[in-house]
Amino acid sequence: MNMTAPKPSRLRGDRVTLAHGGGGKAMRDLIDEVFTDVFQPESAEDQARLTHDALLEPGAQLAFTTDSFVVSPVEFPGGDIGKIAVCGTVNDLAVGGAKPLWLSAAFIIEEGCEIALLRRIVASMQAEARKAGVKIVTGDTKVVGKGAADQVFVTTSGVGVIPKGRNLRAEAIQPGDVAIVNGVLGDHGAAIMAARGDMALSTDLQSDCQSLNGLIEAVIEAVPEVRAARDATRGGLASSLNELANAAGVSIEIDETAVPLRPEVRGVCEILGLDPLYLANEGTLVLFVPADQAEAALGAMHATSAGRDAVAIGHVGQGPAGRVTMRTLFGGQRLVDMLVGEQLPRIC
Amino acid sequence: MCLGIPGQIVEITDDERLMAMAEVSGVRREVNVACVATGPLDELLGKWALIHVGFAMSVIDEDEAAKTLEALQGLGEAQETLEAMADGQSALEGTQ
Amino acid sequence: MRFVEEFRDPVAAKTVLAAIEKKVDEIGATAEKPVHIMEICGGHTHAIFRYGLDKLTPPGIEFIHGPGCPVCVLPMSRIDECVQVAEDPNVIFTTFGDAMRVPGSKKSLLQAKADGADIRMVYSPLDALEIARRNPEREVVFFGLGFETTTPSTALSIQQAARESLSNFSVFCNHITVPPPIRILLDDPHMILDGFVGPGHVSMVIGTHPYDFIAEDYGKPIVVAGFEPLDLLQSVLMVLTQIAEGRAEVENQYGRIVPEHGNPVSLAAIADVYETRPSFEWRGLGEIDASGLRIREAYRAFDTEEKFGIGYGAGDRSVQEPEGCACGSVMTGRIKPYQCPQYGKGCTPEMPLGALMVSSEGACAAYFQYSAVEAAE
Repeated sequence: MNMTAPKPSRLRGDRVTLAHGGGGKAMRDLIDEVFTDVFQPESAEDQARLTHDALLEPGAQLAFTTDSFVVSPVEFPGGDIGKIAVCGTVNDLAVGGAKPLWLSAAFIIEEGCEIALLRRIVASMQAEARKAGVKIVTGDTKVVGKGAADQVFVTTSGVGVIPKGRNLRAEAIQPGDVAIVNGVLGDHGAAIMAARGDMALSTDLQSDCQSLNGLIEAVIEAVPEVRAARDATRGGLASSLNELANAAGVSIEIDETAVPLRPEVRGVCEILGLDPLYLANEGTLVLFVPADQAEAALGAMHATSAGRDAVAIGHVGQGPAGRVTMRTLFGGQRLVDMLVGEQLPRIC
Repeated sequence: MCLGIPGQIVEITDDERLMAMAEVSGVRREVNVACVATGPLDELLGKWALIHVGFAMSVIDEDEAAKTLEALQGLGEAQETLEAMADGQSALEGTQ
Repeated sequence: MRFVEEFRDPVAAKTVLAAIEKKVDEIGATAEKPVHIMEICGGHTHAIFRYGLDKLTPPGIEFIHGPGCPVCVLPMSRIDECVQVAEDPNVIFTTFGDAMRVPGSKKSLLQAKADGADIRMVYSPLDALEIARRNPEREVVFFGLGFETTTPSTALSIQQAARESLSNFSVFCNHITVPPPIRILLDDPHMILDGFVGPGHVSMVIGTHPYDFIAEDYGKPIVVAGFEPLDLLQSVLMVLTQIAEGRAEVENQYGRIVPEHGNPVSLAAIADVYETRPSFEWRGLGEIDASGLRIREAYRAFDTEEKFGIGYGAGDRSVQEPEGCACGSVMTGRIKPYQCPQYGKGCTPEMPLGALMVSSEGACAAYFQYSAVEAAE
């Protein structure tokens, strides 16, 4: 029997101090105990050294992306900043058709941040990384003075591989294509707004925060002709559609009655005068497929947990280029423009 | 102007300050019920009120709501009757 | 959602629209010679565009978007005063989100926040009260804006603050009333309006009688309307029916919310806390007699104007509205938003010049947001 007693912690105190960023023993202990003991990178060097068979395939492409994460509160129903940092970067790779392989994780930590909070965030990153089949292979920490950050900011970069022949891109979208979302919209934005507490709303809403690489692989396998996909994060579905319509030089029309929303998200929007099309998502994407492949794509999505509620919400038109409209439930039509700044709650 | 939304009063939270919990589509928010408190606060439980900036401003008159919908329905029926009459008329004209 | 979904039924809408079409024919209105109906309330403007009702109704109806957006008619000088108060380091300035982007002569509240002022968006004046309770060492100011719908909420909050002797709470009162500007519009010799859709939520507070003068003195029909698309369509039909029958009456389509005599508790709270100002400035419309409210002497301890010495008329009232801005003409229905020379050029939702481009209820912003393409074509 191999009974090893748990290693006694060398960390002093419950909170991060400037000493933890000073390059000395305190920093080494923080990094060892909170980060590397969990992520267990293979290399002790300052760099990850990586090989993968998929990279050796002729015609394969390397995909590389980076994203910074700031969210208040850092822990919220359905996730935390660590889970988002993994999902966000995994999804940025996946929507381009890449199979995500490796992530880096850099932390800007505010003096006074609870070490227990960091441990929870790191555990949640590792759990999500496992789930998504990626490895966190390198990282960094910095400590800044009180007030210079809000508890903790996380930056993740990701590397993946795009197999030969895959070319998901906005410019491939063509008139007649069908737009599909993998599930309900606005959960993340509404959940965060409620969790912040300054509007004193209480809901059972959870962030939709999830990795979408499994879903994308399933769709591409069923429908290799998938044109393009985007995760509808900041600025919501409306912003993603506008970006895609502009890049592809097409118009997009969505159908209000088809846009899936949870009743609570509707409730938050009605109370605060917000438009759910602009609420942020962290595990919701929109993708475009040729019309005759829509059923096959939906079928493949429905078989995955992230795509159970997938539904077609609209189609691509001839133009004018960049115009996104919505057929209202009344049969009227309205423009769905890019958001100006941030959506603010309103009373009138 | 003046965003307002129907919410159901589900709980009295503070008798003294006239506060209650209102629920809108699964979202809860504490609201002031001074404007609609005509009797004991418990009588408000289950009622629907128009909520504006955290205040229950008016209890929804369910009979009036039904009447408005009936009037709309009535329009539909009148329309059908007119169409039926028009069809009948053209049918008659067709036989002449 | 109960009392919401029923009034968004597209099938019922078809029959109302058919009836509207018939009525428009009966009146003989056409695209060239349309019936002009003003929806007074910005909430109605927003709903018209959100549901595309302007395109569903026949071309014989032209909607004129009224002055009923409290943010849009707020004069620049009052935003300047907000910024001045908010920049006092001891102040926590609380406001509805609507006011954050309204341009002042130097900056908006959003810019003042970026410059370091402690400005917090709240959903309710109750939340501002709570902030005051939790921060007894700071002055908490609530920016009280809005029409009669919102006025009771600040009146009741001031009464509550008085009961609790919450001496660090005050309200910067910019409440305004709906009937006076309507009279101004009706007195305008260029007035082309044939009827009104009346503001439903203002009316749940004040009742329907304050509009009697519209029918009795000016011979125009007005129908107090709800905010769901079916409410609006039914109200338009009711206005058209009055026109067709040569009637001019105050009718109430929104009976489920609006009692004939309004809400007695709200009215009592308003009367207790507020009194009418001799005159108040409206952006685009100028000074209008007896159109604004101020806090009564008895509650002066909760009056931001008293506390910070920024009484109406005390500051610089000569702040000029931006050059080339035609908000006034748009609001009186003389021109459509896209006929303003600055529309989409010097004035966009990103960089609003005039107030109508700021709030999503403003006619210009609504045009820009929901139908900019057609307007430009």
